[in-house]
Amino acid sequence: MTGPEIDRLIHFLAKLPGLGPRSARRAALHLLKRREGLLTPLAEALTAAGAAIGTCAVCGNLDTTDPCAICADPKRDPATICVVEEVADLWAVERSGAFKGHYHVLGGVLSALDGVGPEDLNIARLVRRAGAPEMKEVILATNATVEGQTTGHYISDRLADTKVQVTRLAHGVPVGGELDYLDDGTLTAALRARRSI
Amino acid sequence: MEWTDQGIVLLRRRHGETAAIVVLLTREHGRHLGLVRGGAGRRAGGVYQPGNLVGARWRARLAEHLGSYSCELTEAIAARFMDDALRLDALAACCALLDVALPEREAHTTLYDTTLDLLRGLAGPDWPAAYVRWECKCLAGLGFGLDLESCAATGETENLAYVSPRSGRAVGRTAGAPYADRLLRLPTFLADPAAGPPDAADVRDGLAITGHFLDGHVLAPHDRKMPAARTRFVDRWRRSATMPSR
Repeated sequence: MTGPEIDRLIHFLAKLPGLGPRSARRAALHLLKRREGLLTPLAEALTAAGAAIGTCAVCGNLDTTDPCAICADPKRDPATICVVEEVADLWAVERSGAFKGHYHVLGGVLSALDGVGPEDLNIARLVRRAGAPEMKEVILATNATVEGQTTGHYISDRLADTKVQVTRLAHGVPVGGELDYLDDGTLTAALRARRSI
Repeated sequence: MEWTDQGIVLLRRRHGETAAIVVLLTREHGRHLGLVRGGAGRRAGGVYQPGNLVGARWRARLAEHLGSYSCELTEAIAARFMDDALRLDALAACCALLDVALPEREAHTTLYDTTLDLLRGLAGPDWPAAYVRWECKCLAGLGFGLDLESCAATGETENLAYVSPRSGRAVGRTAGAPYADRLLRLPTFLADPAAGPPDAADVRDGLAITGHFLDGHVLAPHDRKMPAARTRFVDRWRRSATMPSR
């Protein structure tokens, strides 16, 4: 019915998150219908991204330069590092605009199920960065899950010999959240993390 | 097929993009797996954390099918210990051990009750001793109970100081002295339930005993390894020079 090129296109599109074989077929047809407006620019963008984007040797972020634009930005505070699980989390913190320090991407969390141990994460480099004399604070922004917090505690232990202050994100009521609709776990964490006003 | 039960979340494994396979330790149906549609999403994240207590409804066309769960959070136990590294490690170790050690779909009602007591009691002051005792009960529930009532050599019930690494029976101080380097040290709080609270070294010795028998009798015969979560908990405990804050 279709040539090997289309099959190959569908095969790779189906590997993208959110796309199964059926939706990959629809996407492939859509791309082929809009050859000039979409397919060719997309192919060029993919090629360019594949050639230019790499992992920052300092923080693990994705960028076209190494060190990345965040690490190389002289306006950012180099004495504070925000530790995140994945690049997507880094982007989320950046979107908030609330943090002007540097980042460190772990590349996952400790997970016995997935066979991820400390040596599989970008922790050794974090310890080296935290040991720099100008470093003041490491913010652990791992997810509020058992695995995320276990990883956070592990990193905190590893940084115990350095002089940096280790902090973590607060857990609790989200902005705009109504108590009645919060799950028990969030409410429990919020009550435990209450503070004086 | 359909049943409802209370269950403790042991594990959540992503299945595809939105679903998850959740492992529960249920009271009446033992360690039981099920598919949760939407279980990998953000909304479900708070429910399916290890250690949480849920009300579960399991449905399948045939009993041998994986089936699907729909769960409602009953008690958010994991959230209580997110800030406490040792307690969180203990919770993770408990859930990981149950997941790796228990057979599937075999009711362990007593072990379920004991586990729930442990998880609820982790907030209390005597949780380290409770954890070690829980591992002893876990061994007993799996058919490898330790005999710490009397000395295996002399029958004496006082002054028990060691455990035989082969038989799991207690050994008296005098009878065991010549073999002390080959025996496991028995902390007082395990030999005598009425003894006072243990110190950090006692708990470490207790963990060494249970770890030895869990590894050799429960896991190794099935070619399984000690879960990394328990190893991490024991390592952290060893590093803590004194008892944690109560």
